[in-house]
Amino acid sequence: MAGQVATGSRSGLRSALPLLLPAYLWLTVAIFLPLSAMVFFSFMTELPLAGKVWAFTLDNYTTFFSQGLYWRLLLASLRLGLEVTLWCVVIGYPAAYVLAKVLKGRSREAIFLLVILPFWSNGLVRIFSWAMVLREGGILDTALNAVLPFKINIDLMYSYPAVIIGLVHSYVPYMVLTCYLTLQAIDDSLIEAGRSLGASRLQMLKRVIIPLSMPGLVAGAALIFVPVVGSFMEPRILGGRTGTFYGTVIEDQFVAVFNWPLGAALSFILLAVVLVILALASPVLKRAA
Amino acid sequence: MRMPKLTAFLTATAVFASALTLAARADEVHVLNWKGYGADEPWAIAAFEKATGNKVVNDFFNSEQEMLTKLRTNPGLYDVVMINAAFNDQAMAEKLIQPIDVSKIPNYADISPDKAGSPMLARDGKVYGVPWVWGLTALAINEKSFETPPTSITEMWNEAHKGRVVIRDDAVEAVQFGAIATGQNINDIKDMEAVKAKLTSLMPQIKTFWSSENDWNQMVASNQIDIGTYWSGSADRAKTHFKLPVSLVIPREGAVAWLDAFSIPVGSKNVAGAEAFINYMIDPGFYVEWVTKVGAPVSANTKAVAALPEDAFNRKVMGDPDVAKRIQFQAPITDAQREAYLALWQEIKVNVK
Repeated sequence: MAGQVATGSRSGLRSALPLLLPAYLWLTVAIFLPLSAMVFFSFMTELPLAGKVWAFTLDNYTTFFSQGLYWRLLLASLRLGLEVTLWCVVIGYPAAYVLAKVLKGRSREAIFLLVILPFWSNGLVRIFSWAMVLREGGILDTALNAVLPFKINIDLMYSYPAVIIGLVHSYVPYMVLTCYLTLQAIDDSLIEAGRSLGASRLQMLKRVIIPLSMPGLVAGAALIFVPVVGSFMEPRILGGRTGTFYGTVIEDQFVAVFNWPLGAALSFILLAVVLVILALASPVLKRAA
Repeated sequence: MRMPKLTAFLTATAVFASALTLAARADEVHVLNWKGYGADEPWAIAAFEKATGNKVVNDFFNSEQEMLTKLRTNPGLYDVVMINAAFNDQAMAEKLIQPIDVSKIPNYADISPDKAGSPMLARDGKVYGVPWVWGLTALAINEKSFETPPTSITEMWNEAHKGRVVIRDDAVEAVQFGAIATGQNINDIKDMEAVKAKLTSLMPQIKTFWSSENDWNQMVASNQIDIGTYWSGSADRAKTHFKLPVSLVIPREGAVAWLDAFSIPVGSKNVAGAEAFINYMIDPGFYVEWVTKVGAPVSANTKAVAALPEDAFNRKVMGDPDVAKRIQFQAPITDAQREAYLALWQEIKVNVK
């Protein structure tokens, strides 16, 4: 087969086909087929198991609009997505800047390793270690009380801040990596030119560095916002009684009541809402970039 | 010429692999149960294999829905399946399980008549489930937080425990708990609004929702909670096995009881082995060892319970006739009810935010 490609026609598409085929085959089998099955399920009254009678219906979608519950949850999840993305920018962007422009050689490698370390550990392990840190009488509480002269009581576990902390920790590496790539690509001579023309540090940041690294910021924000809106593991474990979000409700439909049609419909509504948000945001962000 | 060869190779591998997974040996007993729930204890399997010559192969499920799905999608694979009696009806209606010849199970005669006669396990005079163990979803307390154990379910609403109460994140369990707290029949809830109001007023008390035994035990170990809903077998295990300051409270308002039973799936290739395994699981010898070594719910076999020490929790507390009067056994729940319960529970959880 390798020989065929080499001696094959010069047309770009035909020679590219054998290279593209595995990826497209994989996408078709692993993503497109299950997703279309889910689209199909979302219009059904029942799963066609064990000879159950089913019919096509729009009920699963109208449920979303007729019950204020799902709207409120979706809004809460979108807010969660925005807050987590914002914190990731606040924490991730300066770190990426230091990595790209300040540190060199060994120290850069070391810090880089620390940044991507969370990627190498299992998500559940990360969440449960946060549980140990955040709870009353946990690591944070004990450590602070051992150092501070007065008694403070820290019990962040099972609260909204705990969910934010857990999610930011999981997703901040995406922001660091995407911003690092664009920041590193900025030519140092541009920065020097700006400085020699008398720009202050703040002006440099606003007029040169942020605009040039905007594609990285946008990519990082999209990579973080989308999965956070649908997240269910972190809210469920760290959120306690405040941990009910759109993602946990979808999970309940699949796991607790086996109502796949409603779960699928809720998922596709989320997908549509996220796509609309990204579409609305893209011209604004493109102009900024 | 490479492509056809590769295809042939792949097909051959696939066929071979599926043949391997499907080929159940005649003397194997494939058991489907919760993980860590008696049937997979290594010492028990060793004893059973030695006594009967059958080989036990365990498989597990994480929810009743998953169990039903595994039965539907693997016909002929399993020989024994453990089904909560409330789900037996559904499994029978879908023709997933077959009638059991109880004359082949000697220990069946010792099963307490009220369990063996449960209408949930028999249809048209045929037995579809052999009662194994039963237990309660009641309350458990952190002994460090109470001078004297409470007797009423209203303790969950006591201001003193604000932020130190837990409840399981399970719609059916929560709604049935609410039914008991409002003095209703768990299997025939007439006033759903009262249940909703009662659960809503409980929410400010809640620290978090627990989902596994481990959650509960961790929170008691780090002294984060005072009281919460818990399963009787788990409370026993927390006390005897993990040495935690936990004790079960069966409130005077009542508690939810469940019954677990063994069934034989349709298409089992080793019915004789399945019968032998079920017989072993309800045997007093196995039960006493299970309770002593690990901690277990209450056996449905009266002789097995009688073989426990006089002061054993499963004999003294659970066997108390006064307790028997208070508890309500769970009846089957329809899918529509389950979905309605979930919608109610989700609404209560969202309103708390």
